[in-house]
Amino acid sequence: MSFPSGRLRGGRFEPRVEARRRAGIRFMWLCRFAVAFGVASLLVLLVSILTVGIPALSPDFLANDPSRFPERAGIRSAILSSAGMLALVAAMSFPLGVGAALYLEEYAPRNRLTRLLQTNIANLAGVPSIVYGLLGLAVLVRFLALERSLLTGAATLSLLVLPLVIIAAREAIRAVPGSLRAAAYALGATRWQAIRHHVLPAAMPRILSGTILSLSRAGGETAPLLVIGAFTFTAFDPVSATDPFTALPVQIFNWTTEPQGEFRALAAGAIVVLLGALLLMNAAAVLIRNRYER
Amino acid sequence: MPSDAVLETIGLGVRYGETRVIEDISLRIPERRVVAFIGPSGCGKSTLLRCFNRLNDLVPEARLTGQVLFRGRDLYGPAVDPADVRRSIGMVFQRPNPFPKSIFENIAFGLRINGFKDDIRDRVEVSLRAASLWDEVSHRLDADALGLSNGQQQRLCIARALAVEPEVLLMDEPASALDPIATGRIEDLIGSLRGDYTIVIVTNNMRQAARISDDTAFLYMGELVEYKETQRLFTNPEDRRTEDYITGRMG
Amino acid sequence: MSRPDGRLRPHGRLRAGRSRWGERLIGALLFGCGAVSILTTVGIVVVLLTQSLGFFTEVSPLEFLAGTRWSPDPAPRSFGILPLLNGTLLVAGGAALVALPAGLATAIYLSEYASRQTKRIVKPALEILAGIPTVVYGYFAVVFVTPILRAVFPGAGVFSAASAAVVVGIMILPMVSSLSGDALSAVPRSLREAAYGLGATRLEVSTRVVVPAGLPGIAASFILAISRAVAETMVVALAAGATPRMTLDVFESVQTMTAYVVQASLGDAPSGTIGYRALFAVGLVLFFITLALNLVSQRMAARFRESHT
Repeated sequence: MSFPSGRLRGGRFEPRVEARRRAGIRFMWLCRFAVAFGVASLLVLLVSILTVGIPALSPDFLANDPSRFPERAGIRSAILSSAGMLALVAAMSFPLGVGAALYLEEYAPRNRLTRLLQTNIANLAGVPSIVYGLLGLAVLVRFLALERSLLTGAATLSLLVLPLVIIAAREAIRAVPGSLRAAAYALGATRWQAIRHHVLPAAMPRILSGTILSLSRAGGETAPLLVIGAFTFTAFDPVSATDPFTALPVQIFNWTTEPQGEFRALAAGAIVVLLGALLLMNAAAVLIRNRYER
Repeated sequence: MPSDAVLETIGLGVRYGETRVIEDISLRIPERRVVAFIGPSGCGKSTLLRCFNRLNDLVPEARLTGQVLFRGRDLYGPAVDPADVRRSIGMVFQRPNPFPKSIFENIAFGLRINGFKDDIRDRVEVSLRAASLWDEVSHRLDADALGLSNGQQQRLCIARALAVEPEVLLMDEPASALDPIATGRIEDLIGSLRGDYTIVIVTNNMRQAARISDDTAFLYMGELVEYKETQRLFTNPEDRRTEDYITGRMG
Repeated sequence: MSRPDGRLRPHGRLRAGRSRWGERLIGALLFGCGAVSILTTVGIVVVLLTQSLGFFTEVSPLEFLAGTRWSPDPAPRSFGILPLLNGTLLVAGGAALVALPAGLATAIYLSEYASRQTKRIVKPALEILAGIPTVVYGYFAVVFVTPILRAVFPGAGVFSAASAAVVVGIMILPMVSSLSGDALSAVPRSLREAAYGLGATRLEVSTRVVVPAGLPGIAASFILAISRAVAETMVVALAAGATPRMTLDVFESVQTMTAYVVQASLGDAPSGTIGYRALFAVGLVLFFITLALNLVSQRMAARFRESHT
């Protein structure tokens, strides 16, 4: 083995270490600027909303229905509508989502149908929310003639968040150790018994927390509700699932389109309530997951 | 041992958070010698090696005490840029880590960042020859480096390090991921580099240390136990722990 | 599934048989739950296609896809989607201009530079940003960003693509930074060490080694973010305006595909009319654009995952 050491020495290098160091510092500041941009955007957004929105909050604001007169307008019907709708969304998407997740994780054979189901769910999660609105409009409102009701809104939002619930529930179920199933089978349990008594209880905290996060997504949705015809002006409480409906985000949209500053202040007030509710839901999701998992 | 040290540590200690990894190590690495660091795993030999090119800087919780001198200059002094240090003190890692680029680009990378002014093609060839890889890859310099065998990848990493003309070559168990034949080629290669470079090699393989090194340092639990000419260390260990280790009663 | 032990009594076998039948029923029920998601997809495709077919009996596909005037209501009617597409691309393009560089730079900073404390503050802040409902972003665009834009650029209108683009950009930034960040942290540490070992600076390691190695994952995050921007509705409905037009001037009022769907639904078009069907034709285009972007993104992400396992 010959080693031409002479030629691996004496090459001309101009490492320009100082210039590269300075370029590195400039780049670091560029990156810091980008980080600051994101964080500052959040702060500015929150401050610009809170400073206008918090003064708009009052007992009357929460207790009154929308009105043409800003000083009398409130979000009572919007809050009740949103709450009722989310309850229905939970009632529909939770069993369906957990069922589908159980099927995929515990029952599904490894075949093309299963793979199709999986890609389908992944792709549904990426469908624009407004397209779900079109689906709800054509099938629920028009074809099934459910009209523009709380139920239509809830069903549309349920389909919208179903992929998210399924994905969260699958992850929760997958996190249950296989040894738990083996132990149940070894005691003679059937597959469903093992699931019902062991897998589901163990996975439940994460499933619940994932479902709550999906609900908070549904609670902030506006576009599909506008498409299926949420009422931007409802002055009565929804009592049954077939009543006309509005929603807090819809009310925010409506007030934001008004040019007068008074209505915009109301919009900010409604945003504070909405963000507060979503924050509570997210906190609940985190708490549930932390509390029941060691 | 010759006294003109290229690298020298004085009371060197490293902590990762609360854990002391090495403590109070003072040693001198003479020019153009092959020095092996041996010791049971976790004894701190890799950490010590990484002090010589400031690679521990990348671990946020690492804290260094004492001094490391490179040709008498404090490596960790305020005016020293680690990037500058690392060009003069090259490193080869435990697992071959070529960039996911072509063979040519793997070597050209170091040349480009360090502002190499001569012909890059020429230098790539010379480096590959020096790492005795040229004959195997000369016809496919544009092929993906990840397509090479493990042993070839490791020689490519050596070629990559040699290309930027380091004075010192640090090798962190360079053959531990390789099969015996590839290991033999790496050892031959180290033999061919002997006398041109100062080489510090960490190894878990005592016979390898005995085969390729001039001097050997035995580390145990973060402490430098014994450091002398390889032959004397293996035939005539002074410390009980060294003897236990080299006779296989420990580690 | 049941494993009878040696001392099974006669009726035990009967029970085992019955429960196996029950098992099958449960399996079928659970499959039914999964089938809902397939039905949803089928429903979306069927609804969009049938309504669009009705639309295309009255408007030729060529006119729809190549026409440069979108005017569904006042006669003479014209259904050229290009102005809506123009609006969508203008806003999505502007949003990408804001979010892609800033998101990637944030990802690089968090993965290559930031201390643990910085990450502890910045990451949750970005997660909150990602969780804010889009209608809130719409409010922010109208009430905060538009007035600032108009103060800085006197030519900017009350509604403008620029305002929507900036805010949509802020909205998709967390997605870019978190998914690109995942791609960067999937790049093995050994590659960074190799580059540092050759004397590379942090900038060189980041831009010449880590980013190129993570490129497929970064590209996947970029494409997904653009798809989100194309699908974004509330910000554009509130801030970008309702004027379908062919323009590259970001300070003008435009209309995007999504904004048109919202505007037309607020008017409650009676079913069966051409105006009603036009909604679905626009929805179909939107659906295919986002689906194509999502599929490309998934493909890239999958390839990236394979190369790093």
